[in-house]
Amino acid sequence: MSVHGMTERTLNVPDLQRRQLFNRGMEVIAWLAALIAIAILVVVVYSVGRRGWTELNFNLLTKAPIPFSFTNAPQGLSNAFAGTLVIVAIATAMALPVGILVAIYLNEFAPPAIRNGVGMALDVLAGVPAIVIGIFVYGLLVAGGGGQSGLKGSFALGILMLPFVARTTIEVLALVPNSLREASLGLGVPQWRTTLSIVLPRAIGGILTGTVLAVARVAGETAPLLFTSSLVGAKTSWNPLHALQTVPVAIFELSESPDPKDHARAWAAAFVLLLFILFASLTARWLATRSARKIAGR
Amino acid sequence: MSSTIEAAVKVETRRQPIPPRERLETVFHVDDLDAIYGSKSAIRGVTMDVYKNLVTAIIGPSGCGKSTYIRCFNRMNDLIPHFHMQGTIEYHGQDICSSNIDPVAVRRHIGMVFQRPNPFPKSIYDNVAWGCRMLGMKDRLDERVERALTQAALWDEVKDRLKASGLSLSGGQQQRLCIARAIAVEPDVVLMDEPASALDPIATQAIEQLMHELKSQYTFVIVTHNMQQAARVADMTAFFSISKGAEGERWGELIEYDATEKIFTAPSDKRTEDYVTGRFG
Amino acid sequence: MASLDVTEPARRPFSGRRVHLGDLLLQGLAGAAAAGATALVLLIAWKVVDGAHPSISKFGLGFIVHDVWNPVSGREAYGAASFLFGTVITSFFALLLATPLAIGIALFLTELAPRVVRGPVTALVETLAAVPSVVIGLWGILVLGPALRGNIESWLHSGLGWIPLFGAPSAAGASIFTAIVVLAIMILPIVSSISRELFLGVPHELKEGALALGTTRWEMVRGVMFPYARGGIAAALILGLGRAMGEAIAVTQVIGGGTVISWNLFNQGDTLASKIAAEYQGATSNLEVASLIYLGLILLVLSLIANSVAQLIVRRVARTHGVTRGGRG
Repeated sequence: MSVHGMTERTLNVPDLQRRQLFNRGMEVIAWLAALIAIAILVVVVYSVGRRGWTELNFNLLTKAPIPFSFTNAPQGLSNAFAGTLVIVAIATAMALPVGILVAIYLNEFAPPAIRNGVGMALDVLAGVPAIVIGIFVYGLLVAGGGGQSGLKGSFALGILMLPFVARTTIEVLALVPNSLREASLGLGVPQWRTTLSIVLPRAIGGILTGTVLAVARVAGETAPLLFTSSLVGAKTSWNPLHALQTVPVAIFELSESPDPKDHARAWAAAFVLLLFILFASLTARWLATRSARKIAGR
Repeated sequence: MSSTIEAAVKVETRRQPIPPRERLETVFHVDDLDAIYGSKSAIRGVTMDVYKNLVTAIIGPSGCGKSTYIRCFNRMNDLIPHFHMQGTIEYHGQDICSSNIDPVAVRRHIGMVFQRPNPFPKSIYDNVAWGCRMLGMKDRLDERVERALTQAALWDEVKDRLKASGLSLSGGQQQRLCIARAIAVEPDVVLMDEPASALDPIATQAIEQLMHELKSQYTFVIVTHNMQQAARVADMTAFFSISKGAEGERWGELIEYDATEKIFTAPSDKRTEDYVTGRFG
Repeated sequence: MASLDVTEPARRPFSGRRVHLGDLLLQGLAGAAAAGATALVLLIAWKVVDGAHPSISKFGLGFIVHDVWNPVSGREAYGAASFLFGTVITSFFALLLATPLAIGIALFLTELAPRVVRGPVTALVETLAAVPSVVIGLWGILVLGPALRGNIESWLHSGLGWIPLFGAPSAAGASIFTAIVVLAIMILPIVSSISRELFLGVPHELKEGALALGTTRWEMVRGVMFPYARGGIAAALILGLGRAMGEAIAVTQVIGGGTVISWNLFNQGDTLASKIAAEYQGATSNLEVASLIYLGLILLVLSLIANSVAQLIVRRVARTHGVTRGGRG
C-alpha cells in the first residue's frame, strides 16, 4: 500500500493554462453566437406573434377588404384566405400525382443512367428561385393575352412543390424492403399491381409527410403569385378561373401601404399564416415519426 | 490444480522476471475505486497498484467493467453523461479522480489506444504530428514523427508515403499509427483498451512485440479478453469478475492481482482459477 | 444505412414474362411524368431566354455591365449592373453575417449546450426556417428597418463613417443594410441545420482519439471536427448563398429601390430579384418587360451555378467519407 520511490513529477503541463483560456474563449464565443441567434429567432417569432395576436379578429376571415376605405368600416381579408385555400389545394392536386409518378418511375423502372439524369433535373428544378418560376409561368400562360387566374397560380406553386414531393416520395419508396416486391412478383402479381397495391400503400405515410411539408412551404410563397394571380378585386371568390387574392400577396401589398390600419391587417394575416405553417410542420413531423416506424420496422 | 492450469495456458518463460517489490516504482495507486453510471455501479471497491515500466493486464469476463476501469485512468469516462467516480487514483501522489484536476492535463501524461483503430482523416505524418503541435512540441517535428513511427514499428512501411492518408493503411498498420500518435507526445503511461481485438493474428503479434520492446520507456496497462495474450504480454495481471447483489444488481470487482505467472499457474482465488482454466467466462 | 437490398429496385419489365397492359400503362405514365419533369427544366430555361430575347438582342451582353434603368419612352435604356452589384453585395454580406452565427449555434447544439436545451433550441431554429419570406419582410419593414435606421446605422455612421460602407443613412429607413440583415436571418436556419448534422456525424471515436492525446475541446473541434465537416459546410454555405441571391420578396420589401451602384450600405438599392418583384406590375413597354426577364435570366444562371457547385461538393464529400447517409443528397 505504501508507495516506494515516488517521483515528484506533478501533473504540470506547460502552457496548459493558456490553452485552456483559449478554449474558454472559444466556448464563450460559441455561446454568444448561439445566444444572438436565439435572440433573433425569439424576437422575430415574438414580434409577429404579439402584433398578430393583438390584431387578430374574426373579421379577418369573414369580411372582404374595402379598398380605399377612409372609414373604420370592418374589413378583413376573406378573399385572400379563400384564394389561398383554393390555389394551394389545386396546386397540391397537380403536384402530388405527378410527383408520385416521377418517383415511381425513378425508383421502380428507371435504369441508373436515367435515374441520375432525372434526379439531377429535379435538383435543378428545386434550385430555381421562386421569382424565376413566376416569370416562367407568366411568359408561358399569362403574357400575350392569357390573363391571370388562380389556376395559373396553382400551376406555378405546383412547379415549386414538384421536386420536393418527388424527392421525399423517392426516399420513402426506397425504404420499402425489396423483399416485399420480390414476394409479390414471385407470386405472379404483375409489377404495376405490386407497385400500386403493395409498395405504395406502405409508403403512404412518408408521402403524406412530404406533401404536408410541401404545402407548408408553398402556402407562404409570394413571388410566383405576383405574376399569375395578383390583379384582383376585393370580392371574395372561390373560382380558380379568375385571379384570386392570396394571403402572402395580400400581406405583401399591405406591408407596402402607408396606412397603419393596413399594417394591422397584415400582421394578423401573417399570424394566421404562420400558425398554419407551424401546425402543418408539426403534423408532418408527427406523421414522419409514425410512418418511419411502420415502414422499416416490419 | 496446477497441471490442468498449466495445460490450459502456456506461460511465456522467456519473459524477464519482475524485480522485487521493493524496487518497483508505483505509478498508480488505486484506492477503493467505484465507477458509477447514473445510479448503477460498474465497478466497486478496486484497490491495486500499477507499477512503472511493467505491462499490467486487466482480464475478466465481458461486462465486468474492464473498459470502464481503464478509462478511469485518463478521465475518458468524463465524456459520458451521469458518470462519476468515488475513491481515489493516485498518480505520482495526486488524486486524478478529483474534480480539481484538469482531465486535459491527465491525458497529456496518460495516453490511450482504442479497440478499433481511429486514425484522423489526415496524412500519416500529420496524424503523428498533430498531437505534438497542439501540445507545444513543435520543435524537431520531423524527428519526433520518425522516432514515434519507428518505436511503433511502422516507420519502414510508411517512410516513403508520409503524405498519404492515414486511412489508406491496413487495420494493423492503422493501429500502429495510433500507437505512434499516442507515444509521440511522450506520455508516461499508455493505456490500451483491447488494442488487438479487431486485428488479425499477425498484426496482433506485432503489437504485443511492441509492448515488450517499449515497456522500458512507458508503462502499459492493457485490457484484454484474450487470456493467452495476457499470459504472453503482461508482467502483472489483474482479474476482474462480476459480483451480484441481493436485489440482482451486478458490478465488477477486482478478484485477484498478482504477477502473471502466479495468476495463471497458482491463483489464490477459486474464481480466478475457474476463469483462467476456462471453466467459466 | 441503406443495404444493397433496399437500393436496388426490382426491375424486370420485359424479361420473358407475359407483358401486362397494366405494366405498360404504369411505366408509360410514370415515364411520361419523369420526362415531363425533365422537360420542364428545359422549358423554363427556354421560356426565360425567349422572354428576355427582345432585350438581349437590343442590349446584348453589355446589359450586364450597364448601370441604368430608364423606362422613359424614347430614351429607354436598361442595364443589370446595379442590380447585379446589389445581389452580390447583399448575398455576400448576408453570408458573412450568418455564417459565424450559424456555425456557432451548430457547435453550441452539438458540443456545449446542456442536453435539456438542445431540443427546444433546435426546434426554434426550425421554426425560423418555416417563416415565409413575406412575413420576415413585413417584420423587416415595420420593425427591423426603423430600429436599424434609428440606432445601428447612425451609430455605425458616426463611429465608422470614414469606411465607405457606412455612409450616410437614407431617410426612409429602407436600406441595403436592412436587406442584408433580413437575408442573414433567412439563411441562418439552413446553414446551421446542415452544419449541426455534419457535426453530429463526426464519428465519436475520432473525437475520443483527439481528446485522449490531451487536447482541449476547442483544439479537438478545430483539429478533427472542422476538417471532417469542412466539405459539407462549404456546400451549406453555397446553398445559403443561392438562397440569398434568389430571395425577391423580403428583399424588395426592405431595400427601398434604386439604380445606383454605391458602396454605402445604408443607401437604398435593389437586387436582381427585388427589382423584378418591384417592377412586375409597373412595367409598360415590351422592352422593359423583356429587360426584367433578362434580369431573371441572369439570376437563374447565378442560382444554377451556385446549386451545381453545392451538389458537386456534396457528391465529393460523400465519396471521401465513404458513407451515404440515409439517402439524403
